[in-house]
Amino acid sequence: MAQAQQENDAGKQPSQREQAIAQLKADGVWKAPLDRRKFITTAAAGWVIFAAAFGGLSAILAAFMAPRLDFTKAQKFRAGVPDEYSNDSVSEQFKNTEKVWIVRTTEKILAISTVCTHLGCTPNWSENEMKFKCPCHGSGFYGPRPGVEPGVNFEGPAPTPLPRFKITLADDGQLTVDKSQMFFKEKGEWSNPESFVAV
Amino acid sequence: MLNPLRNLKKNIEESQITKSIFRVGIPNTDRKRVLIMLGNVFLHLHPTKVKTSGVKLRYTWCAGGLSFFLFLVLTLTGVLLMFYYRPTVDFAYTDMVDIREEVPFGIMREMHRWAAHAMVIMVMLHMFRVFMTGSYKPPREFNWVIGVVLLVLTFLLSFTGYLLPWDQLAIWAITVGSNMAKATPFLGAGGPGSELLQIGGIPLIHSSDDARFLLLGSKEIGGITLNRFYVLHCILLPLVAIVFMAVHFWRIRKDGGISGPM
Repeated sequence: MAQAQQENDAGKQPSQREQAIAQLKADGVWKAPLDRRKFITTAAAGWVIFAAAFGGLSAILAAFMAPRLDFTKAQKFRAGVPDEYSNDSVSEQFKNTEKVWIVRTTEKILAISTVCTHLGCTPNWSENEMKFKCPCHGSGFYGPRPGVEPGVNFEGPAPTPLPRFKITLADDGQLTVDKSQMFFKEKGEWSNPESFVAV
Repeated sequence: MLNPLRNLKKNIEESQITKSIFRVGIPNTDRKRVLIMLGNVFLHLHPTKVKTSGVKLRYTWCAGGLSFFLFLVLTLTGVLLMFYYRPTVDFAYTDMVDIREEVPFGIMREMHRWAAHAMVIMVMLHMFRVFMTGSYKPPREFNWVIGVVLLVLTFLLSFTGYLLPWDQLAIWAITVGSNMAKATPFLGAGGPGSELLQIGGIPLIHSSDDARFLLLGSKEIGGITLNRFYVLHCILLPLVAIVFMAVHFWRIRKDGGISGPM
């Protein structure tokens, strides 16, 4: 009984907090605390601003990493006029600079890759044997002779023929090789008219 | 409907992954809240309590906080610039121009420069405020000394970064700056007392080993200087500054929080 009475009295007494608030009100410096509605709208607005700022910064970072200038070496080069190459010949003129053999058969001019399809070594052109012979593991690829397609693998571990690059005849009569486009025999792309220049 | 969700919540909360990351658990008591502060490497540097005066702009100017914020801005923009900038005589200037002209948001370079100027100003304002409010007095005298070191590191970061654009302003500014090193007492070839350091008539301090030579790595500014300043600017000085900043922030907490009005 006595305890209940005590609690009842205590309920009537203003708490320390209430006294402090009353004092602040009397001094005229009391500021009402944020109500629930205002707290939620403020917090929501804060999150929206944070998300926008974070998203914007992420987009800026992504854009910054992609420069507008590309310093990659040009993939196109000019290879002279067709008459510079004789029938059934291999030109090693662009082997070191462009990693391309210009090969002329009786029917067409080709730009063949000098990268072995086995493990990426550079085969040697052997005039006597009329074949491209890789010094690393002995892969052999046909040279330009009648009855075969130049660049097709016929011995050693190389799994596929040497790919060909896009070659076209420009308006000024010069051959233009574009290394950004490759043609693979195993994909049936060697019949593509851009993969050779007919002579 | 709710039971599967409740089970999922329970499974997540009691999983080994959650417990290994959040050691303390849900902070539903004051003790757990304090333990979270103590157990987090970033939060434990900060004071657990801040005095009301400590967040008053008119008292602190937030100068220290803004200095640190600018350091973060400089770190972020600086790392981004490093993706494009090559510190060599051939590329330094053109890379700097290319960042501005050919990279999306190339303003990153300008932001780095402005933030650098702002940081030097802000660090000095912070020092001024600390001096005027007497916040260097015991028990904060050690932290004042740490702060002086940080001021010098800020100047050195600013100085080393000055050369990196590799334009005429940069080269001649560093020429002037490094000529001052030549006049260092004892350690500069042209400084007072350097002629006293000799053994049997052979001078120990000359133009090939004095303070200026160590700074430039050469008798004149060249590619080796650019590389030297680049490494100092991007690696060594920021690392040293981070260590001193960690001590600085931790000391604020240990010395009784942000100083307040008497």
